[in-house]
Amino acid sequence: MMDQTVASRTDVAGSLRRIRADFPILSQKVHGRDLVFLDSAASAQKPRQVIDAMADTMRTQYANIHRGLYWMSERTTEAYEAVRDQVAAFLGASAREEIVFTRNSTEAINLVAHSFGSLLKPGQVVLVSEMEHHANLVPWQMLRDRTGVELRVTPVTDDGALDMDALARNLSDGRVALVAITHMSNVLGTITDARAIADMAHAAGAKVLFDGSQLAVHRRVDVRALDADFYVVTGHKLYGPTGIGVLWARREILDAMPPFLGGGDMISTVSFERSTWASVPHKFEAGTPAIIETIGLGAALAYIESIGFDAIGAHEEALTTHALQALGNVSGLKVIGTAPDRGGVISFTMDDVHPHDIATLLDRNGIAVRAGHHCAEPLMHRLGVSATARASFGIYTTPEEIDFLAATLEQIRGFFV
Amino acid sequence: MTQDDLYRTVVLERARTPRYSGPLAGAQMQGEGSNPLCGDRVRLQANVDVQGRVAALRHETRGCAICAASADLMAERVVGQEPARVSQLHADLVTAVETGIAPEGLGELSAFAPLHRHRSRIRCAMLPWSALIEMLNDDKDR
Repeated sequence: MMDQTVASRTDVAGSLRRIRADFPILSQKVHGRDLVFLDSAASAQKPRQVIDAMADTMRTQYANIHRGLYWMSERTTEAYEAVRDQVAAFLGASAREEIVFTRNSTEAINLVAHSFGSLLKPGQVVLVSEMEHHANLVPWQMLRDRTGVELRVTPVTDDGALDMDALARNLSDGRVALVAITHMSNVLGTITDARAIADMAHAAGAKVLFDGSQLAVHRRVDVRALDADFYVVTGHKLYGPTGIGVLWARREILDAMPPFLGGGDMISTVSFERSTWASVPHKFEAGTPAIIETIGLGAALAYIESIGFDAIGAHEEALTTHALQALGNVSGLKVIGTAPDRGGVISFTMDDVHPHDIATLLDRNGIAVRAGHHCAEPLMHRLGVSATARASFGIYTTPEEIDFLAATLEQIRGFFV
Repeated sequence: MTQDDLYRTVVLERARTPRYSGPLAGAQMQGEGSNPLCGDRVRLQANVDVQGRVAALRHETRGCAICAASADLMAERVVGQEPARVSQLHADLVTAVETGIAPEGLGELSAFAPLHRHRSRIRCAMLPWSALIEMLNDDKDR
């Protein structure tokens, strides 16, 4: 009888091989070397299922949606609206009407900042954290400057976790109307305790928005179990195309919010005197949407579901543990962010070697990593670094790729130190 | 692993042990350049003689190896040069990093020619030079 562990390890290697075969780009060469793609947190690669779904739409079944009175338009509308059902199921939403398609997470947050933000009064507070991506900081700064709401920042601890005591203090005066916090940091990999944050926000009379751009790739999201009020994700990190993102919000909140952009598809009636708005979610979807990209997102979600979050979670947890150990053995390498609950996004510095030099030399060996401030400048200041290098993992990342990263880093260090 | 011809000995050496870094006592002029995208910053202090030639130049660089080495090689190269020659060296370096072919007379600065294959890093090498040109122009305007 085959040893149980050996059997499961073989399963893992076999399914990883099958998954990699679905991503055509992984067989590309860079500078004559095999591509080792460790920048999935910036944007993930696309499986052929997504590529084919989009190309097939354009080849065989494409027309504008929601208004054509002919067969082709009706079929495309069905395909587009079916993705809304898929997304609702993917996020655990109670109704399909709670799913608003946007261009990306950034646009989803801007929608909330403009529309929900217009309901806020001067003196009310929007509370963010110190580890927000600029996408969940700048829209709130713009709202503050426009309307006079206060923007408050909850710090992170030295290990890169959200300071929950400080969060409680920031909520204590009862003026906070919205808590807008990342569910997983794109720099530190820290996963925040969303349910606890939601409970604290609600107890203080605030609504809560989670930026799930990173988390939704790695773990199952259940917006009802989290007791969230708003949740945003972006398609291109979910192995889908660019140009499609999602805002989920509770139906009653969406109903109370004014529209964001005006135009076709978001109206009920229009005259020169006044217009009335379509019901949600269409009220928030002005103009011809990203039809092909939405269908691509549907294919991406189906692909993720076919692997399942149990397998994705197990793979990424094993990879992250392996990476922290392998990178920890590289001389002079310091991992930035060591919160207890974390995902497969690892920022690091290596002695005084500048992250840009690290990235360029890794690239010469086919390894793609991100280097810089990762659209989180305030967090960089807090951590006392001007930039870091960052390796991030996807469902196609292998332990061998991480070993190659660690070995190459050790050699790069040899040039500089 | 593949080492890059960009990271030649001269670049690594100058980044590690610069010869022209630190403050310049009694400097007549100072300049600064920074790249907000990556946080690199170069501070320059210089003296010019009566003919407008660079008499002394020192840099304080916080940045990557490319930026630091570029600042140090620049400081070595431009001392004693007429402003027109400084402009020519700058233009020749731009040609080298854009095309990968170093114009004659560029000397050690041709170490940066491989940057043409790393478009995103060209600004690292050019940051000290733009700070220098700006500083010299500001001085001329005064």
